[in-house]
Amino acid sequence: MSKPVFVYVTYIASTPEKIFKALTDSDATAKFWFGNAVTSDWKVGSPVTFHRNGKLIVSGKVLEHDPPRRLSYTFQSQHEPHNGTEKPSRVVMDLEEQRDQVKLTVTHDDFVPDSKVFVSISNGWPLVLSSLKSYLETNRVLYAPWYDEQAKRETEKAAP
Amino acid sequence: MTSKFTPKTVYVIYIATTPEKVWKALITPELTQKYFWERTIEVEPEVGGVFTLKLPDGRVNVQGRVIEYDPPRKLSVTWHVEWPEDFRKLPECLVTYEIAPAGNAVRLTMTESHSWNVPEAILSGGRSGWPAVLSGLKSLLETGKAPAIAMEPSKEMIEAIRKLR
Repeated sequence: MSKPVFVYVTYIASTPEKIFKALTDSDATAKFWFGNAVTSDWKVGSPVTFHRNGKLIVSGKVLEHDPPRRLSYTFQSQHEPHNGTEKPSRVVMDLEEQRDQVKLTVTHDDFVPDSKVFVSISNGWPLVLSSLKSYLETNRVLYAPWYDEQAKRETEKAAP
Repeated sequence: MTSKFTPKTVYVIYIATTPEKVWKALITPELTQKYFWERTIEVEPEVGGVFTLKLPDGRVNVQGRVIEYDPPRKLSVTWHVEWPEDFRKLPECLVTYEIAPAGNAVRLTMTESHSWNVPEAILSGGRSGWPAVLSGLKSLLETGKAPAIAMEPSKEMIEAIRKLR
């Protein structure tokens, strides 16, 4: 059985340095990544975490940090409905300058067969990377419609 | 009519605009010229109508028929490459755009579907082309300007097409 690989390419009218910074900075990720703030010292082997409203969403370890060309970390989903039950996968971000813009390629692979996280990230990355592009080109961000649905479910669950 | 086609490449992009503006950008020649490598699109606005993509010098690049025309939600056209000449022997494929509101933006989904067992080398053309075209469309709608992205078909793709009977 072939293992799933997710690849997404986007072109951003910006510089590799600005994109690399946006992908590794807590405040920037909190803005364009729907409140998910990344934290790491970005040394190879160091932990990487994404927190949203104080809750751990994703954890991993730095695999490669080569600014402004390549960033890679392992990725374990800690949020609903996965809650850290699936072994970590791998994210690789490649940046390539082309004239007045940058080609950003995100490759997310090394999933377990029949991965449920793969389904989630396949829906997630296009919106995250569309929001990143808007953030760098227009200084505005997009928001995730499914967070509204999730918030609604949690409110209903909490109700007596 | 379209059941013989199987989706092979899907690209999703979110754009901070309205479904109507995305629709307009997809079917208006003066706008496609700005993000689709200077190509102009011509679509007869009805099912069965002619769809044409023209090169800047007026030659026909792609020709097809409108399969679905439902503004501002869905546009589906068959796609037969007329230029470059070698590419003419490629069977027609189906290109479908779906537009839906999503949060504070619009989700645009492009699906390229094929009726035969397409080699990966040939699929690579669309897989590298669509992200460039649709990144340009997003920039155009959000900033008023689409950056020029240089691209040529890969050697592997040209080779794979030459091998076709």
